[in-house]
Amino acid sequence: MKPRVQAKEIEVLQAADEQLVFLSQKHLLSLDLVEMKAVKKYFTQLGRNPTDCELETIAQTWSEHCVHRTFKALIDYQEIGCQWRKSEKVICLKEISQVTKRLNKRWCLSVFKDNAGVIAFTGEWAIAFKVETHNHPSALEPYGGAGTGIGGVIRDILGVGLGAKPILNTDVFCFGPLDFPPEELPEGVLHPRRIFKGVVSGVRDYGNRMGIPTANGSIIFDPGYVYNCLVFCGTLGLMPADKVFKEVKSGDLIVVAGGRTGRDGIHGATFSSASLKKDIPPSVVQIGHPIVEKKLLDVLLKARDLNLYRAITDCGAGGLSSAVGEMAKGLGAMVHLEKVPLKYPEMMPWEIWLSESQERMVLAVPPEKEKSLISLFHSEDVEATVIGQFENSGWLVLKYQGEIVGQLDLNFLHQGLPKRKLKAFFQVPESKSVFLENTDWKETVVQLLCDPVIASKEIVIRQYDHEVQGQTIIKPLSGVEQAGPSDAVVLKPLSDSLAGVVVSCGINPSYGQIDPYAMAGCCVEESIRNLVCVGGDPCRVALLDNFCWGNTADPELLGSLVRCVKGCRDFALAYGAPYISGKDSLNNFYRRPDGSAISIPGTLLISAVSVIPDVRKTCSSDLKRPGNYLYLCGETRDELGGSRYYHLFHCQGGKVPIPRPEESKRVMKKLYQAIRKRWVKACHDCSEGGFIVALSEMVLGGTWGAEVDLTKIPGDNGKVETCLFSESQGRFIVEVAQEHQEKFEELFHGLPVNMIGQVIPESTLTVRMAGKELFHLSLGEIARAWQGALSW
Amino acid sequence: MVKPRFLILRVAGTNCDQETQWALEMVGAKTERVHLNEFITRRKNLSDYDGLVLPGGFSYGDDIAAGKVLANQLTYRLRDDLLAFVDQRKPVIGICNGFQALVKSAFLPGGSTLQQATLAWNDSGRFEDRWVYLKVEPSICPFTRGLPEMIRLPVAHAEGKFMVKHKKLLESLERRRQIAFRYVTPAGEIGGYPYNPNGSVAGIAGICNPTGTVLGMMPHPERAVLREHYPDWLREEELVNDWNPAGWLIFRNVVNYVS
Repeated sequence: MKPRVQAKEIEVLQAADEQLVFLSQKHLLSLDLVEMKAVKKYFTQLGRNPTDCELETIAQTWSEHCVHRTFKALIDYQEIGCQWRKSEKVICLKEISQVTKRLNKRWCLSVFKDNAGVIAFTGEWAIAFKVETHNHPSALEPYGGAGTGIGGVIRDILGVGLGAKPILNTDVFCFGPLDFPPEELPEGVLHPRRIFKGVVSGVRDYGNRMGIPTANGSIIFDPGYVYNCLVFCGTLGLMPADKVFKEVKSGDLIVVAGGRTGRDGIHGATFSSASLKKDIPPSVVQIGHPIVEKKLLDVLLKARDLNLYRAITDCGAGGLSSAVGEMAKGLGAMVHLEKVPLKYPEMMPWEIWLSESQERMVLAVPPEKEKSLISLFHSEDVEATVIGQFENSGWLVLKYQGEIVGQLDLNFLHQGLPKRKLKAFFQVPESKSVFLENTDWKETVVQLLCDPVIASKEIVIRQYDHEVQGQTIIKPLSGVEQAGPSDAVVLKPLSDSLAGVVVSCGINPSYGQIDPYAMAGCCVEESIRNLVCVGGDPCRVALLDNFCWGNTADPELLGSLVRCVKGCRDFALAYGAPYISGKDSLNNFYRRPDGSAISIPGTLLISAVSVIPDVRKTCSSDLKRPGNYLYLCGETRDELGGSRYYHLFHCQGGKVPIPRPEESKRVMKKLYQAIRKRWVKACHDCSEGGFIVALSEMVLGGTWGAEVDLTKIPGDNGKVETCLFSESQGRFIVEVAQEHQEKFEELFHGLPVNMIGQVIPESTLTVRMAGKELFHLSLGEIARAWQGALSW
Repeated sequence: MVKPRFLILRVAGTNCDQETQWALEMVGAKTERVHLNEFITRRKNLSDYDGLVLPGGFSYGDDIAAGKVLANQLTYRLRDDLLAFVDQRKPVIGICNGFQALVKSAFLPGGSTLQQATLAWNDSGRFEDRWVYLKVEPSICPFTRGLPEMIRLPVAHAEGKFMVKHKKLLESLERRRQIAFRYVTPAGEIGGYPYNPNGSVAGIAGICNPTGTVLGMMPHPERAVLREHYPDWLREEELVNDWNPAGWLIFRNVVNYVS
């Protein structure tokens, strides 16, 4: 006999505290006792027990993943120095969002509210940008996890406002070292190389099939990511400026469109809000099918331009429950779950409601548009089905074959979550110089060029179609043989306009190991610096923040997160760059069988987007012509803490780089002008590996050589290792033609900018100190080290 | 003058249709991007157009093999219309996935109803996006006339290794001048990886049918219609000299051919 498909009542009213905790664990709800008690209280008032549908809806709506409990919590934060102690109350989300409020930029059209942040582009067009993480699924099933990661953020862009056309994907990954000894891996943890190949392939196969160029990103390797890898996927969208906002009206039909609903990805939201451990059921990972999403994308944009719907959102974490729940805010909704098209019969009502099957969007369709919309979708072989109606009731009512299986007050659902009060502290490290007794400069530079964090990512970049859509003007690889790195990507999204979009990122978890505040500053700076290198406008930058942190139940780790948030706030304000969207992924830690936790290094990714009027006034990093002068802009200081140089020699501590926004901003503004005037032939910033790595990359891209003298370097130029390897912020190596020397120097008058050498026709990089040669490297030596390090 | 009307045929998974449309419009064509279903259901007619482009992408997800399902659609749903189109010597251009579909539906190299060649997995075993050097062969294809001897275009594919069923076919393609483009080294020689990015036999990157009006190519001309599309356009020599992008030249030839 077939089991009857129906909702089950779950005993909560009579449950004691320990039973509530047990219930939460048994159903993978990820709710703590305080939250379970709030649920109990609500249903006690109603005088009945919740159904499985209701309990699951509450759990996913309240999950860390969906509601960002920690970021909204009131944190009692203490900062402890060696002789002082400071206390304050912090709400992380407020710290970030106040930056945008205070900067109050006219061109920020929609921030923090929608699926993505939206900024003005040209008069008629706007740009939407969102970066998401998909860490937990990628650790369990790298290929599927990463694929659905990119698939999910693409839907965010399809679901922002009335829908934007995705025009760029970005990808940033953090993995364990590829040569990690397999015998040291605990049971159930995949090897970093397997994760690396799986994740790259997943992003490649999904992104390429979607016809979206993947053209900006970064890959970090660190032992801290062996147990929990990080997968950041971003998508940028182009949308008409008059389609930035949406509004659901009472009476609109609820239409689910795209893929069918199955049992894949059940509990994804709640699972990704908890730690990883052995024996997690495979059903939590979603299964992607890009062609379904591609069909959906094509037809959705058509429907948008025909004004066939009033609002749209994606089915991501929490599935229909989250999408419909969000859209029904301030109204109410009635859903008939049996109408949802399924992959196979006999799913439980709560499974249909919670499933995170991919490639689905939810639309609010005025009844008079229903017929046109459905027939348009069918004309391109895309399923679209009416599953209910928004109504002005204040209630979310779920029915299955006529019977009510869930009935929740939307006020309670969205506002009933008890606010958390947390404690956190951070011990501010003492900053001391450390010097190594190193003199083999050449060998050290070669080893740094082989460092997988620094080495060429060409093997990955080429697997992504970074030119589809025919808009990529500055590509991820540049130079004579397209072997050199680009600092950022420049797109020309419109056929009838020269206007461009510039996108870059900044990430450096090593700095955060010493001081997350400095790390935040460096990430903000690096992302803006990268934009400026290719011709982006430093006064027109919008930022996205993505925090990935470990076990934030630990007050010390939570404290480092707060410290990082404060850095994000201060430096974004100082650079005048508002945040338009962000996301946090907490609890990236692995629970060992003995109960102990291994957390990832606190990681911040800052993604930046700028808008420029003319894509022809841009710049690449490859050296262009012998005889041209080389300048270093910005001061070099003894800031080797967290550097790749220290990492190479396993050296801890030291002074971590900290940006100086006032000086840096002045340099960047001038550089922006100089690039627009075409005085700058090549430009590259100094980041991981310092000055010498940046210059080597420029030599490699241009296939010309260079001669430089370290004594000319502005700033602290007494020590060779500082000059070569310090990762001081705010520095650019700039190539200027001889005929522009005077104008260039005049423009930068009064700023720390010095001529340090020249481009030479011989393919050799020669480094001198006070005229005396320290070492030289041939183009071949640079290429072998930098290009050969990362194997597939 | 009436602008020639070009159809850019779209199916599930097509993804180079927009930029192909821009490229054609740049050189004076009137264009429409239309879903194949419109032709199958007879809401639209192929005969209303002067030229057809099958753009790049992953038609139907490239399930089974790249372009295979689209090839079957062309063979079983559109065959007569498409044959008539080709017989009238209207231009048909298959780019990347479009090329794969034209080969797998035997419209290329033509002269038989059976598939005679294929585009197999790259020797590298993976998808790759890179710019290549192409030698423009003295073929019978009217769309490559007047192009420089060597051009550069980007390729972006996983299944682009051109292979023939019988050696004889290769000889016949040479003899009948049906080879349009070959992958070469910067010196213009047939070379190995990465100059031949996929391991194609005889470096073949594009071919045409016996009349020259059906052209298939793996490289993407629509991604090289602006000077700023070139990966090294900021290098001095590229900025100073006067030159036209190769993709622009090819599309201009196609549109001029109709006019």
